[in-house]
Amino acid sequence: MNTIIEFSNVTVSYRENVALHNVSLKVKEGAFLGVIGPNGSGKTTLLTTVNGLGKVRSGRVKVFGLELKSHQHYIRKNIGYVPQSSNIDPRLPITVYEVVKIGRVGKRGMGRRLNHSDYDAIDTALAVVGITNFKGRPIGHLSSGEKQKVAIARAIAQQPKIMLFDEPTSNLDPGAQQDIIMLMNSIYRETGSTIILVTHILQHLPESCKEVICLKQGEVIHAGTYNETLDSKLLASLYECSPEALGS
Amino acid sequence: MQRALCASFLGGISCGVIGVWIIMMRIPFVGVAMSHAAFAGAICGLLFSVNPLVTAFLFCVASSALIGPLTERADIDPTVSLGIIFSLMLGLAFLGMGLMEGPKTEALNLMWGSILTVSRSDLILLAVTTGLLLLLLTLFFKEVQAVLFNREVARAAGIQERAIFYGLLFTSGIVVTTNLTSIGGLLIFSLIVNPPAAAYQITYNLPLMFFLSAAFGVLSCFIGLVFSYICNVPSGAVIIIVSSLVFIACLLLSPKRRVMKAH
Repeated sequence: MNTIIEFSNVTVSYRENVALHNVSLKVKEGAFLGVIGPNGSGKTTLLTTVNGLGKVRSGRVKVFGLELKSHQHYIRKNIGYVPQSSNIDPRLPITVYEVVKIGRVGKRGMGRRLNHSDYDAIDTALAVVGITNFKGRPIGHLSSGEKQKVAIARAIAQQPKIMLFDEPTSNLDPGAQQDIIMLMNSIYRETGSTIILVTHILQHLPESCKEVICLKQGEVIHAGTYNETLDSKLLASLYECSPEALGS
Repeated sequence: MQRALCASFLGGISCGVIGVWIIMMRIPFVGVAMSHAAFAGAICGLLFSVNPLVTAFLFCVASSALIGPLTERADIDPTVSLGIIFSLMLGLAFLGMGLMEGPKTEALNLMWGSILTVSRSDLILLAVTTGLLLLLLTLFFKEVQAVLFNREVARAAGIQERAIFYGLLFTSGIVVTTNLTSIGGLLIFSLIVNPPAAAYQITYNLPLMFFLSAAFGVLSCFIGLVFSYICNVPSGAVIIIVSSLVFIACLLLSPKRRVMKAH
């Protein structure tokens, strides 16, 4: 398998705060990588560095074998990004369908009209995620779980080679969390996209996720298989808590 | 009166349409800062015997170049930085007026607007601006919609959201400048904010929101114009009062009030 994402000694900082420090990693094409770590460990920054939303201070990032700096636009078009859920004004005059359509707008290019294949991709994305029946509803009227599905459908509509999920199960009830985990599993199996999933909770990594890295204070402190990462001593050190606390 | 009606129609449409992005992005202070920048620029033009519309436009462009980066900085609250730009522009405008010799009729006209005395060239400029605005909106509607939903999501999807954002910012500067002589530098802000804020209360459909906002803008201008003509009162002030009343009516009749209570 080819390397699809490559970080070489990457440092990302926001003024004095270093979010990622000297990180080097390689992600193979078709991999499902889980990224875990405590709050403020640089998990979200790692994702936004892949699609060029974060600012790299030093080091090199290559995606699809291309330098991120000089091919940002192409790279973004081919990465589906599901950010952390945010509050949406219930009065917002934008429907579910229009949000999913955003995935095709960037892909098609500035000022270009969407064609039949774009509309087919939107309809397919809505169907895959199971939200076709409420595509006409205002986005702000949906529950948190439904909004998360819309974000996933928007990313799928892009027909991306890489998908980035930033804590897609946070703020959801257990049933909705289960739905999203199963959805990520089936997306991975059906599309074969490379997936990077960021989460606080190891148990929220779907079964397809075989590789895991642990981030702490902007550094990769562990990289291994899912089973290796289950080590309670490692997790206790990662989250700075007792092994018993992890069990609860 | 015919020219005044045309200026009302075009001014209502252009302010109503450009105001939608300001309301949707929750940056009403951009309208305040921009309108006062245009006013300050026009006063400087009068002071140095340069066409006030040219200097107003230059001030708007300069303000856009300041406002854009300030709204993107996470470490400064945009309302604070925009408030500082607004007060700076107002200070410059009043300083310019203070330095003027003789009667200040022209300067006061720029402050309050004078839709009844709008010239043919002003009207042509307004028509071109409105046409250009509608053309750009039609061409880039889906990109504008994406940016209005969420700038980060739009950027991540590969949309050139900064080009759209700055395009809207500069276009709002042009709209403010071309409406300066008819609506006035101090009052145009209300015509940019009130109609889209009223439309926001009514619909869940973005194209309809653009249409309603333009319609409310035109309606406010027409009613204000007729009222000012009959009662011999300043047109700009009446237009703003009418647009505020339209907003209050929409707020009271809004079907979204129940939705807000449910959330």
